[in-house]
Amino acid sequence: MGIEPGRLHFSWISSAEATKFVEVAREVAEVVKGLGPAGHLIKRRAEVA
Amino acid sequence: MGEYGEKIRARARELLQEGRVDVFIGYREGSVPMMRQPVLIDDALRAEELCWDSHCALNLCNYVTKRTDRVGIVANGCNSRNLVTHITENQITREQLYIVGIPCRGMIDHRAVLRAVKQREIVGVEEEGEGFTVRGRGFVERFQKKDFLQNNCATCTHHNPVIYDELVGEAVGEPEGVVDVFGDVAKVEAMEPEKRWGFFSRMFSRCLRCYACRNACPLCYCPTCFVDESRPQWVGKSTDPTDTMTFHFLRAYHCAGRCTDCGACERVCPVGIKMRQFTRKLNKDALRLFSWEAGLDLEERPPLDVYRPDDYNEFIR
Repeated sequence: MGIEPGRLHFSWISSAEATKFVEVAREVAEVVKGLGPAGHLIKRRAEVA
Repeated sequence: MGEYGEKIRARARELLQEGRVDVFIGYREGSVPMMRQPVLIDDALRAEELCWDSHCALNLCNYVTKRTDRVGIVANGCNSRNLVTHITENQITREQLYIVGIPCRGMIDHRAVLRAVKQREIVGVEEEGEGFTVRGRGFVERFQKKDFLQNNCATCTHHNPVIYDELVGEAVGEPEGVVDVFGDVAKVEAMEPEKRWGFFSRMFSRCLRCYACRNACPLCYCPTCFVDESRPQWVGKSTDPTDTMTFHFLRAYHCAGRCTDCGACERVCPVGIKMRQFTRKLNKDALRLFSWEAGLDLEERPPLDVYRPDDYNEFIR
């Protein structure tokens, strides 16, 4: 629908895979930080009636 | 098409009289031209109300969900696929249903007809064979049905019902060769992300959040829809573009691997949004990734509710 590549991640992590969860969370945070602030699907307080 | 009407009325009358069904679900004339209303009939005397023509485009499966009685129902290709989906999803049992199958030749896009008569008021539409006549104050125009098919009907590859107890007519021919069903989806896929965002933003900017698309869809039968929940409130109830977009893409995702492209959502949209762009992208993916088209087989489980140890995706094994 037009969200830039890298901002949306999908992964399959079992509840038993704590280390994998940590790894994936770190990686997602890093990649998304690299992209900078989101431009879409955000509501700013002032615009909320 | 008119001859189907006579057969449907006769069969509904018999089924109700014989006590084979408790209720018969079909269409009757609407209050305005080119609109047919779903109707539930439990009295054989009222079978006269039933009709069938190229305006019976709402999806009757909406009225079958979680019924506990025996139901007679008319079903063309797409509606019958929704019945299969309903049975697969335990919303009704096959034994409860008596399906009067209709080989379908497609539905007329009422908006296209209005455009063709330059938005003048239409007071009557009559079908004769492959054509139809549109009458209004001071004008009579004749059109060919094939030029006015609903978008989903024009590319339909399942005109005939996939399950039925009887057919009201000879099965119609399905298109031969490859039909380019997803041509416009491919166009959107080819856009750069930013352009695609703009495309969808413009498309949904007119949305009133009336939820007619959701209400017309037989797939949307959750006791409480996520948009109506308030604790927690998953999505804002305003027409803020973010809320509207969230509603539309979540609605589409809830239809993934389930949509039969019956077109009811677009037909009922009061502002003419082409929200099938979303569901058809998912239909395309379901076909490409899982060779899946919804509602073709009672035995086959939908791709999103099966797990196979030999899944081709490594991450899930």
